[in-house]
Amino acid sequence: MTTLNALIAVCLVYVLFLFAIAFVAERRARLGHVRWLRSPVVYTLSLSIYCTAWTFYGAVGSAARSGLEYLAIYLGPSIVMIGWWWVVRKLVRIGRAQRVTSIADLVSARYGKSNLIAIGVTVLAVVGTTPYIALQLQSVTLSFEVFASADGGIELNPAVNPDNTTAFWVAVGLSLFTVVFGTRNLDANERHHGVVMAIAVEAVVKLVALLSVGIFVVWGISGGLGETLARIDASGLGQWQVDRGRWAGIVILSAAAFLCLPRIFQVLVVEAGDESQLRTASWAFPGYLMLMSLFVVPIAVVGLDLLPEGANPDLFVLTVPLSEGQNGLAALSFLGGFSSATSMVIVAAIALSTMVSNHIVMPIWLRLTGGGASVSGDVRHVVLTARRASIAGVVMLGYLYYSLSGGGSALSAIGLVSFAGVAQVLPALLGGIFWRGATRSGAVAGLSLGFSVWLYTLFLPSIGGGGVLSDAVLAAGPGGIAWLRPQALFGIAGMDPLLHALFWSLALNATAFLVVSLSSFPGPIERLQGAQFVNVFQHAPGPRSWAGGAAQVEDLMIMAQRLLGAPESQALFRREARRQGLRGDLPEPTPTFLEALERELAGSVGAATAHAMVGQIVGGMSVSVEDLMAVADESAQLMEYSARLETQSAELSRTARQLREANRKLTRLSVQKDAFLSQISHELRTPMTSIRAFSEIMRDAGTLAPEEQVRFASIIHDEAVRLTRLLDDLLDLSVLENGQVSLNRRPGSVGEVLDRAVAAAGAGTAGRLDIVRDPTREEVVVDTDLDRLSQVFINLISNAAKYCDAAEPRLEISVSVDGAQVVVDFVDNGSGIAPEARDTIFEKFSRVAEHKAGGAGLGLAICRQIMTRLGGSIGYLPGRRGAAFRVELAHAARLAAQ
Amino acid sequence: MGRELLLIEDEPNIIEAISFLLSREGWRVRSHSNGLDAVDKVRAVRPDAVILDVMLPGRSGYEILAELRAEPDFRDLPVMMLTARGQNRDRELAEQSGVSRFMTKPFANSEMLEAVRALVAAP
Repeated sequence: MTTLNALIAVCLVYVLFLFAIAFVAERRARLGHVRWLRSPVVYTLSLSIYCTAWTFYGAVGSAARSGLEYLAIYLGPSIVMIGWWWVVRKLVRIGRAQRVTSIADLVSARYGKSNLIAIGVTVLAVVGTTPYIALQLQSVTLSFEVFASADGGIELNPAVNPDNTTAFWVAVGLSLFTVVFGTRNLDANERHHGVVMAIAVEAVVKLVALLSVGIFVVWGISGGLGETLARIDASGLGQWQVDRGRWAGIVILSAAAFLCLPRIFQVLVVEAGDESQLRTASWAFPGYLMLMSLFVVPIAVVGLDLLPEGANPDLFVLTVPLSEGQNGLAALSFLGGFSSATSMVIVAAIALSTMVSNHIVMPIWLRLTGGGASVSGDVRHVVLTARRASIAGVVMLGYLYYSLSGGGSALSAIGLVSFAGVAQVLPALLGGIFWRGATRSGAVAGLSLGFSVWLYTLFLPSIGGGGVLSDAVLAAGPGGIAWLRPQALFGIAGMDPLLHALFWSLALNATAFLVVSLSSFPGPIERLQGAQFVNVFQHAPGPRSWAGGAAQVEDLMIMAQRLLGAPESQALFRREARRQGLRGDLPEPTPTFLEALERELAGSVGAATAHAMVGQIVGGMSVSVEDLMAVADESAQLMEYSARLETQSAELSRTARQLREANRKLTRLSVQKDAFLSQISHELRTPMTSIRAFSEIMRDAGTLAPEEQVRFASIIHDEAVRLTRLLDDLLDLSVLENGQVSLNRRPGSVGEVLDRAVAAAGAGTAGRLDIVRDPTREEVVVDTDLDRLSQVFINLISNAAKYCDAAEPRLEISVSVDGAQVVVDFVDNGSGIAPEARDTIFEKFSRVAEHKAGGAGLGLAICRQIMTRLGGSIGYLPGRRGAAFRVELAHAARLAAQ
Repeated sequence: MGRELLLIEDEPNIIEAISFLLSREGWRVRSHSNGLDAVDKVRAVRPDAVILDVMLPGRSGYEILAELRAEPDFRDLPVMMLTARGQNRDRELAEQSGVSRFMTKPFANSEMLEAVRALVAAP
């Protein structure tokens, strides 16, 4: 028991040492001394959590059983790291840009922040990692057993301790360590410097341990390099006896797992400092793996030679030194294995707990409490508790799996099953960062199908012993359906079970992912995220330089001025500066002020935009997709509002135009009315002037010659008649213009009407005018108001009598029929009417020449009104020698026909 | 007195009435009824006073008066304007054109005689 007790003491000291390292590293990081913590060497060493107890112990076991196959497991990650430029660099950049906390977070963020996907990946990761944690516990327990039994003679193939106490206490210790150093910070994105430093130290320990055992084996036991090589040749282990398909499969599998394993993702992406670390790690990490694999074959060969048949080759690393009595070396080797196991469990627990608490526990908690998480301190407490509980839960799940599975399987077999499980994330991961067409539905389809196939063809059969799938199902398929046999899907039998499962799960996964992605449409957030992920190198600018406080406030001021206007924003800033007790015009960007500013800005551009703008300037943070969507929503609302305003503005200007038009019309009418009244006044005053003057002469002048008396009296009479006629005309015109005209329609010939008109006009003209007519053509019947028509004719005849300036005035009246129209032309032999006057002669009070016999200037205006009423027309007839007017009217036959 | 007055007016009956009234006062009254050559007529007749109607065929009394006032010979010529449109605006227009007196139609004969007397008596 002394050896075991000493070993436990060493373990405790070692763990305390790790605590100390983690503690110091945390402290230095908090003080800001992070340079050496961020060194590429530490980063590279932290990646070595890939080499778990499985590779530490199991590689030798694998070599002893299957020769060089174990190398394939190192080859995959080496290829990935050497080709870092294509995939790993992109992952790290996206991880930085999106503040990714885990692989589940990254994949779900890519597919529109889908919580369904996050939960799926988390479950996959937990299911895939649990056996692996169990594996670590098993290896630690096994190695303890080796020492425990070493006191009473070397137990070469120790049975698993049935009460599992060792495994339990190891699990408890690991949980404790992880809780203490893995949940110091709330921000999962913040790096865990203590943990990373501790696992870097552990990486050194395991490398040194394995190299020491190897050197001891080669030079201490075999007696040199040459002898060792000879032994290897003799054993045949160094020969290429690996099935090529399986070998290639394992290379692919390990490469895929390297990218998808939650714990690797944690150190590779989440804990990554900057991309320059990658450059170093790209060669240093494959170098580390090479060193780790250097002595695997010699140890296996020597172990097989040295130890009796039936010794567990997975423990050669321990049993070979022990059998040679090298207890110190064995203890170192034990520490190496212990380091491998603990570092894996710690990081895996951190990674898984982040996923479980963020994607499963927190959403459930928030739903249960109805989103009452407004008190930030409260949430912080809940998050930390959730994460701690998750850590304990994850580790205990591993312990449970270990207890239930009995820990019988070969270590490396469990590891490969886990690898194949987490590799199911690969299509969605790679598709997400390289193909914009990848959609959420595609990722869900691929993940669920791949996971199911893996579960059915690999995971469940691996539990074995008739656990879940009975031997009958394995042999004949469920319900005897042969093509559904778990290890010979679709009738493809005879394949290596791992390769078979890997092929079918990944092939179906990728196919479903592609087909469903192509046949579905991404949502808006997905589309944006897709573009951000695929084009992360175009999108992300270099690291932002943090602007000083003053510059920030100035930036805020500039922005505020653009949105609020210069005077308002200056006043706002000055007021705040006064309130803060500062003398200048620029206040400090305190949270209170920023909130106030945001509220002000929100009034102009909407809350989301204001928040994004202020955040952009103050925090230097990038705008999230939700922010963008909210901004877009607000812009849409603003645009709609502005469109509405434009419509209203167009309506207003149309109304204004109509009002202007109406106003212009009214003004014109008013001017016309004034002119008309003024005209009437003039027309009435003129005859009155003569009447008054002559009547006063006759009244005042006592002595007037009799002929003078007669003459003056007749002037008074004529002017009185003229006044009467003027008033008659005015009334007539007013009636014609404003409606109330009763027309007395009856048939009659144009000739008769002309006869009456000439007779009536003749009375006034005293037969001075010679009227020429052709009675034979005047027998056209019209059906109209004959008196009104006669009035028009009288007017035209008396105008000719008044204004025809020929020596022998003559008026020719000719009647003709043009289609449906009767045309009556009145043409005299005078000098006619000047062209410029022809447009206005039909207006009221328009007179062409000076007065003769006092026309009021209303005659033609009345004629036009009458003709309009009768449905005909009157117009000046150009191109004749004298004044010429044409009257047109429908004739009776035409009317009858209608 | 034997003084000469030019009456520019297009209504024959009004010409006759004013001529009758003024000739009894000793004026030699000559009349002209067209606006277009009214200024030429004034130049030819060189009357002692002018009575000018506003609404004339061809040209308005205001224009005729403005043209007369532009010539040095007629700057002080007594001109009485006669209009049938007795609105304020017409009076203003007449005064702007440099009228001596202003009379609206119809008028009392005594007013007319008084106005003509005042017209020629004015400095």
